[in-house]
Amino acid sequence: MSLVETRALGVSIGRNRILDHVDFAIEPGEIVTVVGPNGSGKSTLLRALIGAVTPSEGEVVRAPGLRIGYVPQRLHIDPTLPITVGRFLSLPRRHSAPDVRAALEAAGLPDLGGRQMGDLSGGQFQRVLLARALMEKPDLLILDEATQGLDQPGSAAFYRRIEEVRQEMGCAVLMVSHELHVVMSASDRVICLNGHVCCEGQPEHVAQAEAYRALFGSGTQGALALYRHDHDHDHDHAGCAGGHDPHAHGHEKEHQYGATR
Amino acid sequence: MIGALMDDFLIRAALAGLGVALAAAPLGCFVVWRRMAYFGDATAHASILGVALALAFGMSIFAGALVVALVMAMAVSTLSGRGVAMDTLLGVLAHSALAFGLVAVSFLQGVRIDLMGYLFGDILAVGKADLAVIWGGAVLVVGLLAWRWQALLTATLSPDLAQASGIDPRREQLGLTLALAVVVAVAIKVVGVLLIAAMLIIPAAAARPLAGTPERMAAVAVGLAALAALAGVEGSFVLDTPTGPTIVCVAALIFALTSGAAALGRAVARR
Repeated sequence: MSLVETRALGVSIGRNRILDHVDFAIEPGEIVTVVGPNGSGKSTLLRALIGAVTPSEGEVVRAPGLRIGYVPQRLHIDPTLPITVGRFLSLPRRHSAPDVRAALEAAGLPDLGGRQMGDLSGGQFQRVLLARALMEKPDLLILDEATQGLDQPGSAAFYRRIEEVRQEMGCAVLMVSHELHVVMSASDRVICLNGHVCCEGQPEHVAQAEAYRALFGSGTQGALALYRHDHDHDHDHAGCAGGHDPHAHGHEKEHQYGATR
Repeated sequence: MIGALMDDFLIRAALAGLGVALAAAPLGCFVVWRRMAYFGDATAHASILGVALALAFGMSIFAGALVVALVMAMAVSTLSGRGVAMDTLLGVLAHSALAFGLVAVSFLQGVRIDLMGYLFGDILAVGKADLAVIWGGAVLVVGLLAWRWQALLTATLSPDLAQASGIDPRREQLGLTLALAVVVAVAIKVVGVLLIAAMLIIPAAAARPLAGTPERMAAVAVGLAALAALAGVEGSFVLDTPTGPTIVCVAALIFALTSGAAALGRAVARR
């Protein structure tokens, strides 16, 4: 069965309809990315999945005993609240000192256990948030634009770590990202959201979809191409320029699937 | 000599002060962390209305204050999620509750009430039954905080983090609201409704520079609050000053001391 599933999920906040009729499911071990413009309901969808938002229509079904590791977009720690990195990792459940040390080591931050959370750099802070989410050995890891505020190398390193995590722990990963190249390289499935699900499928499929292009324009295609293999690069531009040529589309798709497999 | 100084009523006063310190300090940490200072004020001020009602209907002051504080805290808690500007709302509620309470007290006839005793506390008049109520309430609050500590801390850091781990942040908030009403009700006799918020916030704020973890901050806050209570009772006896305000003055001096020392420490470290 799916780890989490939404059935005809609708969320309204005040008079604003944020999500409309969203059917979504994520299977064990899958990496799924949600893309969409600002205000498209990406964060609301994630918050509905963890139960922080009550659906106004439809339902959210979680597998019984599902353990979720959640990495928020940002976490503001009030300066009046003193908390060390080691202590933070022991929330909401306490863990033994060796477990905390091991988690810090896996996150590449072995010496920071006694440091105050407020004294960490942006990259270190995000790694600690991820490490905390992994302490519970989650079945599903949910990341809400977790690399916001990190520079390019920082976020690249962060996503490499996510890949490692999936390989080591076998958990499913659901993330929201603005960084479309990440979508292309790391996801099994992409969901394009704009209040409702515009389109979904394998990354290459979504990149070609009309709905996706309508949202992001063809300009992003060029940006995406930068992160692809060279021979895809040309095709991509060709596909973009002659977007209505069905042959070009089909041809391009074959090549891309070949490249990713 | 010490025995002569520590008359029976002084021992009771000291014990009452310690009881309030024990409950108010760790709860005060959450009030500070969650930026609920005004919330504490509103709840405390409303309780004077509870005192008036209790006197009118011949109920125990404690019960009256507890019920009204609880109603007030729940009302604020519910309204806070609805997009009303929080500081305005609390300002309106806190002061109108106090005003209605004072007017209600003036309607009471045949009962001679020392209003000052409820506004600023009357710790030297604490009886054995009062002590039992204060310590009963304190143990209840500390027990609740200890039991829910991990969940409360997670929900305080981020409601979404708590929710993802299966903790309902609204339930934890409700627990804090209940604890706040209990502390207000037991602290009226000791520091009075106007200064209860001080016993919540000042020890926690004074403990902040001395602590690296939440647990340590709560423990240090309890220690500092206990010190303030004992020194305040003693000081008010020696100087012949009102006890509740004297306790708060000592706490404020401790706060000035720890904050000053911390600022000095930072300045030295920067050289």
